Amino acid sequence: MTVAASATELAAAVRAGERSAREVVDEHLAVIDARDPELHAFLHVMADEARAQADEVDAAVRDGRDPGPLAGVPVALKDVLCTRGIPTTCGSRILEGWRPPYTATVVDRVRAAGGIAIGKTNLDEFAMGSSTENSAYGPTRNPRDPSRVPGGSSGGSAAAVGAGMAPLALGTDTGGSVRQPAAFCGVVGVKPTYGRVSRYGLVAFASSLDQVGPFANTVADAAVLLEVIGGHDVMDSTSVRQPAPALLSQLDDGVDGLRVGIVEELTDADGIDNEVAAAIDDAGRALEKAGATVDRVSVPATTYGLSAYYLIAPAEASSNLARYDGVRYGLRIDGRDTATMNAETRDAGFGPEVKRRIILGTYALSAGYYDAYYGTAQRVRTLIIRDFERAYGSFDVLLSPTAPSTAFALDAKTANPLEMYLSDVCTIPSSLAGHAAMNVPFGAGADGLPIGVQVLAPSLGEPVMFRVAQAIEAAAQ
Amino acid sequence: MPRITRADVEQVAVLARLALTPEEMDQLTDDLESILEHAAQVEALDTDGVPPTAHPLPLANVLRPDELRPSLDRDEVLGQAPAAEDGRFRVPPILGEAP
Repeated sequence: MTVAASATELAAAVRAGERSAREVVDEHLAVIDARDPELHAFLHVMADEARAQADEVDAAVRDGRDPGPLAGVPVALKDVLCTRGIPTTCGSRILEGWRPPYTATVVDRVRAAGGIAIGKTNLDEFAMGSSTENSAYGPTRNPRDPSRVPGGSSGGSAAAVGAGMAPLALGTDTGGSVRQPAAFCGVVGVKPTYGRVSRYGLVAFASSLDQVGPFANTVADAAVLLEVIGGHDVMDSTSVRQPAPALLSQLDDGVDGLRVGIVEELTDADGIDNEVAAAIDDAGRALEKAGATVDRVSVPATTYGLSAYYLIAPAEASSNLARYDGVRYGLRIDGRDTATMNAETRDAGFGPEVKRRIILGTYALSAGYYDAYYGTAQRVRTLIIRDFERAYGSFDVLLSPTAPSTAFALDAKTANPLEMYLSDVCTIPSSLAGHAAMNVPFGAGADGLPIGVQVLAPSLGEPVMFRVAQAIEAAAQ
Repeated sequence: MPRITRADVEQVAVLARLALTPEEMDQLTDDLESILEHAAQVEALDTDGVPPTAHPLPLANVLRPDELRPSLDRDEVLGQAPAAEDGRFRVPPILGEAP
């Protein structure tokens, strides 16, 4: 059972009074009941709250008020976004049972636009992982093939949209955690420019990299959601002082005259499957046919993105996760003194990947090693930004694979952390640069599973990025 | 770049307030060795004189007017704590003295 209508169509029907929000929500809850026992995309389904909110939307329509651009559309929320009074676990035992005392700005904005928060989705613990197998509450499975992972860390959100359990979802992307699961599940996924979307109420992993981004079945649906959640927020001092980008009005402007560069280092490199690289070339040819010019471009420092990221992100994480100390929220394992209580609580509450990154990050920041590791990685980050800026001097957008392969099998990479990290090799460079990037499904591999094209754009380049994504989507159909 | 040893992991675990088991320390030493070996690839780049990037936005101090406004509800916040007393978070002894 699937619900075929797009978010845009559903909202239009609800706003026009042709369909009730209640009926739309009930249909999606039924899909969740049917498919989630197998897929485990959700950690918490907000059935009662969703129905109550749907009734409010329907009342607004009856009273002649416009509920907004997401009227009656169910939106699944990665369980790293705070929802007041509703369990928020971050996929971790250390926050089991915690009910936040406030709500993330993005969730408030979704609701203010008439969207219905339908549940909290599964993720790798604290968003650290690439397969959603690091969740303390068990893995999520890929709706296209349940023997495969959905990608991660926002695997629950990607699977929820891919399976028709919600037309829209929010994820978070630190090094690829929206884009890579979108590619694996065959949906659209966007990492906005750093600062485009408020991080208030997003539980922090790596603060200089984290961004909230939309999942959707179409580029247009993703644009609607980004227009809703984007724009300055006084509650986040790192949010860019600009209104949300206008995307829908330019979506169909076409790509005639645009200059598109295929990034050699992220497409032609060892470790990228041939069928994936071939799909990028096909997407390039489709854009050429639509009037763009397409060339190969070298962005040399991107080769070092993964190495720099695995020093920078764990360093920031080790600092951010210091707050889970058994004092203010979540788990406490009692000890004879506070220091012992802190250490016992953290050992019991964190899973292996989180511990690995805390130790790695603490080491990279410790006296004597700080400059060799963290300092060098920060200078490499500058070189990556410079190389991208050089490329954007000649190209409007860049293309690459989103992930090196199609979705891999459960347990295929759990024994080797580095192997798992390599599945983010294509998405990490634009994260380090703070640029915008998104996944668009384009074709399938020999295994029948979706391949994703990554469209990369400079800072605040979402409008042109979405135009190109729209053209790729049109060519894929 | 320096190689990581088991003694480093033990020391770092103390700094990070993680009561790791001996098995966890052995595993982490192995894991971190291979991750850091990969990370050391950044040394291939000439970064002399390159300024570090800590943050992708050119942010200066971000200020707002110092106005009175509601903050989180104290009882709601304390209601989520493992232990609270008299409007405060309650913790075990800090310096090992009798409470």
